Amino acid sequence: MGQTLRLKVNGVERIDEVEPRLLLVYYLREVCGLTGTHVGCDTSQCGACTVLLAGAPVKSCNMLALQAEGASLTTIEGLAAPGELHPLQTAFWEQHGLQCGFCTPGFIMAATALLADNPDPSDEEIGRGLEGNLCRCTGYVNIRKAVKAAGEAVRAGAAAPMGG
Amino acid sequence: MAVSQLIGARVQRREDPRLITGRGHFIEDHVLPGLAHMAVVRSPHPHARIVGIDKAAAQSLPGVLAVLTAQDFKAQISGGMPVTPAFAPEKKYVPERFPIAESEVCFQGEPVAVVVATSRALAADAADLVQVEYEPLPAVVDPEAAMVAGSFKAHSDGPDNIGWDMTFAGGDIDAAFAKAEIRVSERILQQRLAPTAIEPRGVMADYSPYDERLTLWLSSQNPHFIRLFVSGAMGLPESHVRVVSPDVGGGFGSKISPYPEDYLVPAASRILSRPVRWIETRTESVMTTIHGRGQVFTAEAAALRDGTLLGLRLTQVLDLGAYHGTFGAFQACACLMSGGVYRWEAISARTVGVLTNKVPTDPYRGAGRPEGTHLCERMVDRVAQELGMDPADLRRKNFAQEFPYVNNFGLTYDSGNYDGTLDRALELVDYPGWRQRQAKAREEGRLIGVGLSTWVEICGFGPSQPTAAATGGIGLVEAAEIRFLPSGSVAAYVGTHAHGQGHDTTFSQIVADTLGVPLAAIEVHHGDTAEGPAFGYGTYGSRSLAVGGMALHQAATVVREKARQLAAHLLEASPDDLDFAQGTFSVRGNPAAHKTVQEVALAAYGGSLPEGMEHGLEAVSYFDPPNFVWPFGAHICVVEVDRDTGAVAIQKYVAVDDCGNVINPMIVEGQLHGGIAQGISQALYEEVVYDQESGQLVTGTMVDYLIPTMNELPVPTLDRTVTPSPTNALGVKGIGEAGTIASSAAVINAICDALSPLGIHHVDMPATPERIWRMIQEAAR
Amino acid sequence: MIPAAFEYSRAHSVTEAVAQLREAGPEAKVIAGGQSLLPMMRMRLARPAHLVDVNAVRELDYVRVEDGHLRVGAMTRHVTLARSEVVQRHLPLLAEMASEVGDAQIRSRGTLGGVMAHADAAGDYPTLATMLDAMIVTDRRRIAAGDFFQHLFTTPLDLDELVCEVVFPVAAGPRRYLKFRRRLFDWAIVGAGVQRTEAGWRVGLTHVGPTPVRARGVEAALASGATPVEAAAHASDGLEPTSDVRATADFRLHLARVLTRRALEQAA
Repeated sequence: MGQTLRLKVNGVERIDEVEPRLLLVYYLREVCGLTGTHVGCDTSQCGACTVLLAGAPVKSCNMLALQAEGASLTTIEGLAAPGELHPLQTAFWEQHGLQCGFCTPGFIMAATALLADNPDPSDEEIGRGLEGNLCRCTGYVNIRKAVKAAGEAVRAGAAAPMGG
Repeated sequence: MAVSQLIGARVQRREDPRLITGRGHFIEDHVLPGLAHMAVVRSPHPHARIVGIDKAAAQSLPGVLAVLTAQDFKAQISGGMPVTPAFAPEKKYVPERFPIAESEVCFQGEPVAVVVATSRALAADAADLVQVEYEPLPAVVDPEAAMVAGSFKAHSDGPDNIGWDMTFAGGDIDAAFAKAEIRVSERILQQRLAPTAIEPRGVMADYSPYDERLTLWLSSQNPHFIRLFVSGAMGLPESHVRVVSPDVGGGFGSKISPYPEDYLVPAASRILSRPVRWIETRTESVMTTIHGRGQVFTAEAAALRDGTLLGLRLTQVLDLGAYHGTFGAFQACACLMSGGVYRWEAISARTVGVLTNKVPTDPYRGAGRPEGTHLCERMVDRVAQELGMDPADLRRKNFAQEFPYVNNFGLTYDSGNYDGTLDRALELVDYPGWRQRQAKAREEGRLIGVGLSTWVEICGFGPSQPTAAATGGIGLVEAAEIRFLPSGSVAAYVGTHAHGQGHDTTFSQIVADTLGVPLAAIEVHHGDTAEGPAFGYGTYGSRSLAVGGMALHQAATVVREKARQLAAHLLEASPDDLDFAQGTFSVRGNPAAHKTVQEVALAAYGGSLPEGMEHGLEAVSYFDPPNFVWPFGAHICVVEVDRDTGAVAIQKYVAVDDCGNVINPMIVEGQLHGGIAQGISQALYEEVVYDQESGQLVTGTMVDYLIPTMNELPVPTLDRTVTPSPTNALGVKGIGEAGTIASSAAVINAICDALSPLGIHHVDMPATPERIWRMIQEAAR
Repeated sequence: MIPAAFEYSRAHSVTEAVAQLREAGPEAKVIAGGQSLLPMMRMRLARPAHLVDVNAVRELDYVRVEDGHLRVGAMTRHVTLARSEVVQRHLPLLAEMASEVGDAQIRSRGTLGGVMAHADAAGDYPTLATMLDAMIVTDRRRIAAGDFFQHLFTTPLDLDELVCEVVFPVAAGPRRYLKFRRRLFDWAIVGAGVQRTEAGWRVGLTHVGPTPVRARGVEAALASGATPVEAAAHASDGLEPTSDVRATADFRLHLARVLTRRALEQAA
């Protein structure tokens, strides 16, 4: 039995009827058609499904869609205007911060929240901010570099930090 | 347009813009109108007889389209799933594997029924309602126990549990041991690992009953082989099946072989005449996607007191799981590589594949080569320790020096400079400094260790002759096609299929340099069997560049030489008088007379071709490498072990590797970062655990199967030497598996070095705090 | 995986939540942050027939100090606790614990009340509550932490009862909470917490049994002038931890002693 869900996704107001058991990640992927948010596990370890809820990082596989009632969500697709890149996207590209790219949207979203709080994180702070995201390809070396580079770019005013 | 030399340049990846913006297309992003969803009912028992299956409750759930069992699939799928001979051709017992169990389940997670429904949630609900009655049978868990005659059998109708048992003899082992002044022996465990690509598997099939065409989308490293296998099993001409592998979210070997769902999903689509999709959950993945490693080695090494290595005798007991993995026997190559980078008088290596009631093992990043390296590097360290010799000195004394070098099993190492990588690694890590710090720490009661791993890898599969025997008929070569379109852009097709390796970029670099066209004019295609040459051989075994890159280079060269002929005709010059540079043919001595290759491409579709020349500017080329390629290197790890808790902290990690000429250093470094991380992770964290009594999987989720985060892994210091392969025109080798092959031994050797003052000689993987703590406790007694 | 189907209602007040729970019957469950509940539902290890969502109960999201006590609303999220200046000033150990619960995403959603009601043996806040004699306040009564954590995942809460608040004594003296874990975001294999209060040291242990443990033997030794090394030797007194894939009972006992010693040595 569907219930009404009202929320804002990437700046767009939406009203949908959803089943209570619909997870937020499947709402985003299958109802909104935003397939950049990925599912990599059942138990909320991998972080591939990370999106921003009122600017805070959340695992969208670990929330019911109905729990996002009234919230403003940002997904990887909404991080930058079409044709443009957020400083973190640029940095992941320039620093080779991704290989297969499956975990990447989750990392970028978690890192967005991290930099919004702290645009000059130490290695340890980056590790803490991204402890909820698993990557199997990169050994994380270039992910860390990318976050640092993006922080520099944000601080240099290349772009305003995005918080969702 | 001027084109600089792109090979060797740090070109940013061309695949990234879509992936960083959420516009990648992974398997779960694919839907079709009328798509039905499949869920798999799996055995909760490692071994049981199926007494009965009651579908009624599931079938009555609204939205359920079908509940199907082996009976239903038998009319759709013929024959068993394939098993290749690989490196252990003398198979003994090879149980037939149908994609879905009929009367007996032999591993936990084996399919017994599938449910197809109008939504994924309904399919999951209905799967819960399928009532399967089982009669549990004793589970075979420990492969060594399962080798013993009279033990329980993994298949109740099998003769025993022996999948293969053969010995590779490389020289006169008795003579070598007869000369021994010292001998060391060790038992070395290679725990089972779950490859754990962050993207689970998935399959979507659309069978069209009217023209008997099947399109199969799946997350695969190996789409052409899947087409070959699935079309054969479904009785369809290979040409009627199209396999599309879109963006693949990691593989590490787990997406090479065919899986039950690769057959069940298309068969369900054919039964229902509508598209069907199945997406693996992580829980299913840990339980039913292939595992890697799962081996126990016993080894003995013989040496002279001056450190000269003489002989190595070993047995590999390989836990096959319930069925032979399609390419599972490849892991026996650990035996052939057990001598590593050293000269040995003789090696004798026995490999025994043993059936157990677990998910099959199959190649996982490195597949046999990490195991061989780990064994060899451990044994060499044991010899050094026994002799009181510095492990670096012992290595240098025994390195193969002259290339090509033929190892004990007749394999020819193409080129090498083992001293070069070791010397550079020792320098980068500050080896004497760490030895001093270690001595001081020991005085304080602290446990610091330095571990070396000097490795060599066999990779770049082909060549066709030995690999055709290994696959059972298909020689591993690679195919590529280059097509110049009239307006001068280039479509490049290759039979490999990247899943993170950046082929769109590196292959474009090769094509750009060969044809002299800008990167932006080149589009690399892979992963769709409807495009490009007739067959492709997939991405695994660090083969894509050395074989696929060469095929592209060859095809591009053929195209360029045809363009030269046409340019000569257009410029009214002899082809031999044309220079080709930066994409332009010019008449030697008259540079004003020139044609760009893109102008020539247009002319190839025009009306002024020379007599006898066909239209178009395209070529298909197959590259059959004359040998494997043999990258190598030296890794050094420094650890400190916490005496109180057994926790290991990596202080420093240095890797100096040599993969011949480098197309894109950024990508090579990335491959090493990831590979090293996976080897460290095996050394310290990962282990698939089954309950030894019940055979139940214990580490069934990412909560207990420990994939490390950023916080648990070091930042390695990388450097490289360049020793080109003499066997291909690009001088390249492979780098995808190198880090994983080298790193577990470096970490464990460091831990053993740290613990050596306590009299501890060997630590198995994963070197968990508790394992180390227990060893320290026992050593103190 | 996808949870089994259930009914869902959203409560905006404590009264509404309790009424909804009562109406939905014994198969209903409260969902707060849901960070432990939803994975169990996805694995279909939990199949509640009805979820009462209390995320909109704003009245339970607060932190305040009254009469020497820190009162924390049950819907206060980990990230809020970690960043709260009030918590950092009056019970910094709670803020420090909060900053290391799970990962950043879990800290965005998980709540103090949810952790208490879930009563996982590996939870961190239950240890702090137990060692400091905190009170768990529900919509109908006050329960001392020592009585609240009865067994693994077991509390005296009625089916329609809602945790509303946790009342901790303030304590800003030397303290430390150490977790032994393989990965930074993992649950503690064993945890040890120490807090200096006006009445002396309080010491608590996590995941050494089905409930959090107050290490009274260590406290008593410290009170009688023992060194950290001497006192920590008592950390495993009377414990009967279980063995699992993460650690054997022996190792847990050993870790309890090592972590207690280190926590005392590092307390600041």
